[in-house]
Amino acid sequence: MSKSIEVAKEAIKKKCNPIEISDDFNQLQISISTNQILDVVDFIKNDEACEFRQITDIAGVDFPDRQKRFEVIYHFLSFKHNSRLRIKIIIGEDESIPSITTIFPAANWFEREAFDMYGIQFKDHPDLRRILTDYGFEGYPLRKDFPLSGNVEIRYDEIDKKIIHEPVNLQQDFRSFDIQSPWERTSYLKEEKNNNE
Amino acid sequence: MAINTDIQETSPELERLKELYADKGFVVTSINNLINWARTGSLHWMTFGLACCAVEMMHVGTPRYDVERFGAAPRASPRHADVLIVAGTLTNKMASALRKAYDQMPEPRYVISMGSCANGGGYYHYSYSVVRGCDRIIPVDVYVPGCPPTAEGLLYGLLQLQKKIRREGNIKR
Repeated sequence: MSKSIEVAKEAIKKKCNPIEISDDFNQLQISISTNQILDVVDFIKNDEACEFRQITDIAGVDFPDRQKRFEVIYHFLSFKHNSRLRIKIIIGEDESIPSITTIFPAANWFEREAFDMYGIQFKDHPDLRRILTDYGFEGYPLRKDFPLSGNVEIRYDEIDKKIIHEPVNLQQDFRSFDIQSPWERTSYLKEEKNNNE
Repeated sequence: MAINTDIQETSPELERLKELYADKGFVVTSINNLINWARTGSLHWMTFGLACCAVEMMHVGTPRYDVERFGAAPRASPRHADVLIVAGTLTNKMASALRKAYDQMPEPRYVISMGSCANGGGYYHYSYSVVRGCDRIIPVDVYVPGCPPTAEGLLYGLLQLQKKIRREGNIKR
């Protein structure tokens, strides 16, 4: 266990009051609630023990079975201590989360992407538009209840001389070839794992 | 103007003319052959690299495969190009840009669809954001299979296109 992670962990534990904190595999991870996000991000950016000066990514995860279905995960990097930090926040479909663009301007497009893919609302974001999907796209494609092939497909119409959108009409449905994964089938890995435990 | 291909290009008179002028520094041929020779010999291609296929398309231009020996040079503008090579996955968002580029090309224009994705969606066939084949947007002359096709594969596709152009009989202006 490197010392800087230990120091950062103690500092965060003391100041931020996280719901959960762990440092498995030398990777700091904290869970916090929605209203803590601005204070925590500001703290881990500027505190001497942390100095997580770069935001690497903001990811979304969809758990349709949970009561609060989304999880927003922030990844930070500290050049000074050569360590990384992961922040997890659980929010529901009808909730919003404060934007951290005031602290990390680079979070702007990450938040737009999370909004585009999951429909997660970021409060006080300067420009919360779609970023990747087609102009006029409807729905949130990375949600688990979004159909794989979407709802519309496009083609060029020779009569109208423009590209038109039509309901998806597949010539052959998607087939899932349910073969066992070669990686899971290697039994010696499981045996090795059992022996270690 | 339109030229009928039914005319015997190896008529006795033509043969006689050829023989007469062969050693005097002249070549006798039909205008149709001449124009097709010019067209096949200068297939400037519009680079429409969309994904990894674009890398193989670049290889075709390098000295190892050297597509320029067939008179083909990469052009950055569709207005200078004769052939559009769609190299890579065509997404819904990119489709209108592709159509726009195609519409800007002067006639006669040709399209080579390169790789599985451009041919029919390929690996991303069932995706919500990918066009299932670029022939839904623009008419395609030659399909080059592969994921990605080798540079030789694309070169072969270009030669097939030349063959196709030589087959053409009509000249429209």
